Amino acid sequence: MNPERAAPERNVLLRHLEAMIRIRRFEEKVMELRKQQIIVGSIHLGIGQEALYVGAHAALSPEDRVFATYRGHGWALACGAPPAALMAELLGRETGVCKGRGGSAHFSAPDWGFYGENSIVGAGAAVALGAALSAKREGKGRVVLTAFGEGAMNQGAVHEAMNFAAYQDLPLIFVCENNTYSELTPTRRMVRNDQMYQRAAAYGMPGVRVDGNDPEAMCRTTASFVAAARRGEGPALVEAMTQRLVGHYYGDMQSYRPKGELAEARKAEPIVRARQALRQLGVSAAELDALETRVNDDIEAATREALEAPLADPQQAAEHLYA
Amino acid sequence: MPDTQPNVVELSYAQAVNAALRRALAQLPDTILYGEDVGEAGGIFGVTKNLKAEFGDRVFDTPISETAMLGAAVGAAMTGLRPIVEIMWIDFSLVAMDQIVKQAANVRYVSAGRLRAPLMIRTQQGALPGSCAQHSQCLEGFFTHVPGLRVGLPATVQDAYSMTLSAVQCDDPTLIIESRGLYHGAKQHIDIDGPVAPIGGAEILRAGHDVTILSWSAMLFQALAAAEQLHEQGISAEVINARWLNPFDWNTLMASVGKTGRLLIAHEAVHTGGFGAEVAARVSHALFGQLLAPVARVATTDSRIPAAPQLQAALIPDAARIAQQAAQLVSR
Repeated sequence: MNPERAAPERNVLLRHLEAMIRIRRFEEKVMELRKQQIIVGSIHLGIGQEALYVGAHAALSPEDRVFATYRGHGWALACGAPPAALMAELLGRETGVCKGRGGSAHFSAPDWGFYGENSIVGAGAAVALGAALSAKREGKGRVVLTAFGEGAMNQGAVHEAMNFAAYQDLPLIFVCENNTYSELTPTRRMVRNDQMYQRAAAYGMPGVRVDGNDPEAMCRTTASFVAAARRGEGPALVEAMTQRLVGHYYGDMQSYRPKGELAEARKAEPIVRARQALRQLGVSAAELDALETRVNDDIEAATREALEAPLADPQQAAEHLYA
Repeated sequence: MPDTQPNVVELSYAQAVNAALRRALAQLPDTILYGEDVGEAGGIFGVTKNLKAEFGDRVFDTPISETAMLGAAVGAAMTGLRPIVEIMWIDFSLVAMDQIVKQAANVRYVSAGRLRAPLMIRTQQGALPGSCAQHSQCLEGFFTHVPGLRVGLPATVQDAYSMTLSAVQCDDPTLIIESRGLYHGAKQHIDIDGPVAPIGGAEILRAGHDVTILSWSAMLFQALAAAEQLHEQGISAEVINARWLNPFDWNTLMASVGKTGRLLIAHEAVHTGGFGAEVAARVSHALFGQLLAPVARVATTDSRIPAAPQLQAALIPDAARIAQQAAQLVSR
C-alpha cells in the first residue's frame, strides 16, 4: 500500500466509520429504550444499512435536501441532525425535532437538510419531486436525494415520480435501499426481475447497482450523479445493495429469513468491514476502540439529555395544525 | 399580495378564475401553475387559457400522474414555492388521496410548524346531464374530514375570483372545488384588483326571517330559486352561501338560525356523511332550545350517479324540492 495514497483514504474511511457507529449506537439505544417501553410504538431500524446513508450523504452539500422513509433515523443523523433532539422526538419530548408530533417514523429536521421521513411506502419520492422542482427553479445547483426501499419500487408513486423527474430534468437522486425484503417478504418473489437499477433505463435516466455496505462506493457513485444533476442533466437511480440485521420493525422475529442468512450478513456488514479495511490501512485496534467509546459516550450523553427534557405539553396537542 | 383599487369587469365564472390565477402569477413570484393540459391547451374547460403564453415555464403541463403532481406540490410548497395544481375532476383526486390527506395536510403539524405546505389544489365537481358515474361525484365531505386541509367551494363569479386569490395566499394546503356547471354561465360584473381577503366567511345572499337555507356551490342557485318560490307562498327564506367549509363561518350561520329558528341545508353531495350532517349536528346542539323545527337536509339520494339526465334528476335535488322541504319546516 502506497502510504501517500493511504492517508487520505484512511481519513475518509475513519470519518465514515465514525458516522456509521453514531447511527448504530443511536439505534441500539433506541432498541434498548423500546424494549424497556420507555420509547413506545412502531420503530423501524436500519441496523446494517449505515454505509449507504453515510456514503450517499457524503456526496451532498449542506444546501442539498434529503427525503427518507420511516427507516430514517440514519439519514437524519447522516445529515447532521443532533442525536439528542432526535432521541427526544422518539421520547415525545418538547425538545424533540418535531415536539413529539412526528415520532420515530415521521420526523424531520429541515435545519439540517433533512426534509423528513414518510411512513407511506413510496410516497416520499413524490414529495421529493417538489423539492427538486424548487431547486430547479431556484437555479443554484441544489440537489435533492430521496431514499426508499426496493419494495417501494412497486408503488405507483415511485413510478410517477421517476417519470416526472425525468421529463422535467429535475436534480433528484433516487436511492433505492435494496435490503432484499419488502417488509417481511423476499422482494425476488414479488417481481420477475429483481435488478431494480434496470428500471431506470425505462425512464431515460441512468441507474446503477452499488455495494451499499461500502460507504466509499456509495459516495463515489452518488457524487457522479449529483454532479450531473447540478449541471442540469436530470435524475438518476442508485440501487444500494444491503441487508438489515434486524427486523422490519421492532418485534419482528424474522422467522421468514433462511437459516444462515443473517450470520452471513453480519460478516459483510458495514462497520465490521470498515474496521477490517482500516486495520489493513494501519489503524490500530486500540484507536478504533477509542473511536467507538467516544461515539458511544456521545450517544449516552444525548440520551440522558433527551430523557431529562420535559415531555411535550398535552395542552398544546392540537397546536401547529394551521398557519 | 399587493392591493390596488377595485376595478369592475364583466366575466364568466371560468374567466374570473383565470383572472385570479393571472393576478396571482403576476404578483407572487413564488407561484407556479401546473396540471394535465393546463399549459399549451389552457385546460379542458379553458380556465387556464393564455397563462402559459404569459408566464412561460411557471405554467406547465404534466403527465397523467396525479400522485406525482400533488406530491410535487407538497415538496415544492415545503421548500418555498406556492404551487397551484389543477386536478381536472375531483374524482381524480382519489387516485392521489395519500398526497392530499397524509402528505399535504400533515406537513405543518408533524413538523410542529417548522415546515409548511402553502399549496392550492383547484378542481371541479358535480353532475351534469350525461356525465358518467366516475366524473360526477361531489366529494367535499371527504376533504372536510381532514384536519389541516382548507376547503372552499365558490358559487358566484365574484367568489370564483376572490376565493381563488385567498386560497393562493393561504399558508396551508387549500382545496378549491369549482363547479363545472357554472364555468360558462352568464357573465357578471365583479370587482377585481381589490384587496385579497383571508380565507373564510359566509355570505347572506338573501335576507329573510322564516327559515334559513344554507347551501354552497351550484346548489346555491337552486336554493335562491327556491327562496323565490317560497316568497310567492308568503314564506321569507334567508339564503346563506357557505363559501368555505373549512374554516366554516359558524357565527354567520348561528346568528341567522337564531333569528329564523329553522334551518334547511341543501347540497349536491349525497346525504349520508355529507357536510350537511356536521352542520345539522352542531346547530341542533348549539340552538336546541331555540329551534322551531328540527334541522333538515336536502341532498342527493344515497346512490351512484347515473348518466341519463332523467335518472340524475330523480336523485339530485332542485329548487322545487328545496322549497317543498323549507315550506314543511315553516308549517311545523
